[in-house]
Amino acid sequence: MARRSAAVVPLGRDAPSRFLPWIFALMVYLAVLALTGVLILHAAVERWQRGEVDTLTVQIMPLENESEEARMAKLRSLLGDVEGVSGFRTVAQSETIYLIERWLGAGNVPSDLPLPRLVDVDIAPGYGLDAETLALRLQASLAGVTVDDAKLWLDRLADFGRSLELLAVAVVILIGLATVATVVFTTRMGISIHRNVIELLHLIGARDGYVAVQFQRQAMILGLRGGVLGIIFAVATLYGLRHVAGRLETPLAPDIPVAHWAWGLLAAVPVVTAVIAMVTARLTALRELAKMP
Amino acid sequence: MVRFENVGMRYGMGPEVLHDVTFAIEPGEFRYLVGPSGAGKTSLLRLMYLAHRPSRGLISMFGTDVMMARRHELVGLRRGIGVVFQDYRLLAHLSALDNVALPLRVAGAKEEEVQDHVSELLAWVGLADHIHALPDSLSGGQKQRVAIARAVITRPRLLLADEPTGNLDEMLGQRLLRLFEELNRIGTTVVIATHNQNLVARNPHPIMALDSGELQLGAAMEEAG
Repeated sequence: MARRSAAVVPLGRDAPSRFLPWIFALMVYLAVLALTGVLILHAAVERWQRGEVDTLTVQIMPLENESEEARMAKLRSLLGDVEGVSGFRTVAQSETIYLIERWLGAGNVPSDLPLPRLVDVDIAPGYGLDAETLALRLQASLAGVTVDDAKLWLDRLADFGRSLELLAVAVVILIGLATVATVVFTTRMGISIHRNVIELLHLIGARDGYVAVQFQRQAMILGLRGGVLGIIFAVATLYGLRHVAGRLETPLAPDIPVAHWAWGLLAAVPVVTAVIAMVTARLTALRELAKMP
Repeated sequence: MVRFENVGMRYGMGPEVLHDVTFAIEPGEFRYLVGPSGAGKTSLLRLMYLAHRPSRGLISMFGTDVMMARRHELVGLRRGIGVVFQDYRLLAHLSALDNVALPLRVAGAKEEEVQDHVSELLAWVGLADHIHALPDSLSGGQKQRVAIARAVITRPRLLLADEPTGNLDEMLGQRLLRLFEELNRIGTTVVIATHNQNLVARNPHPIMALDSGELQLGAAMEEAG
């Protein structure tokens, strides 16, 4: 019965082959976390920008001498007359209390706390109506009115999010480059260690491609092995983060991770790592072998 | 088949170890390469099995100018040359079968053919019971036979052997010589580097004598004549 042949170049017995899977595992772990950061930020920025566009929030602070219902009726009347307001919705007081409970904790809102009444106002496009103009129009007829434009600070938040997104992409690229550098270094080391074997292979008629296959196969195996290890640790970390994020109870907290396709992307990281390792090992080996006689 | 003209060779920036070596070997010849230790026999063989390029002169192997040949062209030339190294150069992590199979595998032979041919050849050199043995578990003579089997498995046009009887007793040395002569009879050109004078005397063939890196043509002509 034919026995399975051993690898021609005994790369599996080298020191690099022992530590390389751990290096790959670390790279994949960091890359998955950084990539998750990119996906989370991307989704969050999209959500922040999409959800609050063209909506202003009008607040009426309670006044001692005036009836709240009368002031709300006047506000509705005024809003109905403003050109550019396509619709509005009075936020129920229970919703306002719920929003404050996010910060103070459930049941911790004192009953005598003066709460503002909120009205969400939809702005029709093309009228140039902004928070400042609307505030001036309303304040002329009604005291204690302010208008918030969530879009302003959400835009700033989105800009910051995009900067972080770019930073995370840069980190992923740097991790890729570090992986490439590691493979280049270990391949060169492998060629140096096994110079005698490689010279023998050349002398019996082996092409450089045959020798390079030995290195690329080893790099791919180690890349996959380390990649699987790295993604196991990364997924465990993401589940931990997801649990922590779930306890934040804030509408701005991002989802971890964002979508099914994102999980697919993260799962592809070990495979991509193995392919990068394989291609890098092959190109490095071919370049180094070309220097031999 | 092999032509050297005014060939000089040096290792790196060191002194020249071969000077103005000129000779030609025709297909089907059997030659000894003799000379004292340090005369340059191994260096000359290294040039012949294309492990090294000369620092000057012209080398033609199988009609191809080695100096002008591109690196990938050397592969085809090397596949026509079988080499028995002085130190065998067996791969310690591979079995006798896998060591002998290497030249076939690097040439892309089918695995069934590899298994059949290698097993047959190992049986022919008396190692049928050691097919799966690792080199470290073999004796010096057995290693040498594995090295010889590896050198001839592809039926090379040129067989080069560097001190092939160095670790063998007289009887085994003679047996090995008969094996080389047998290969020579079926068309393989053979060059054996040796300082075993008894071997040369008992199995006469033309001689190329090297001394201090220079080929002594007089000796070669005398023995050949």
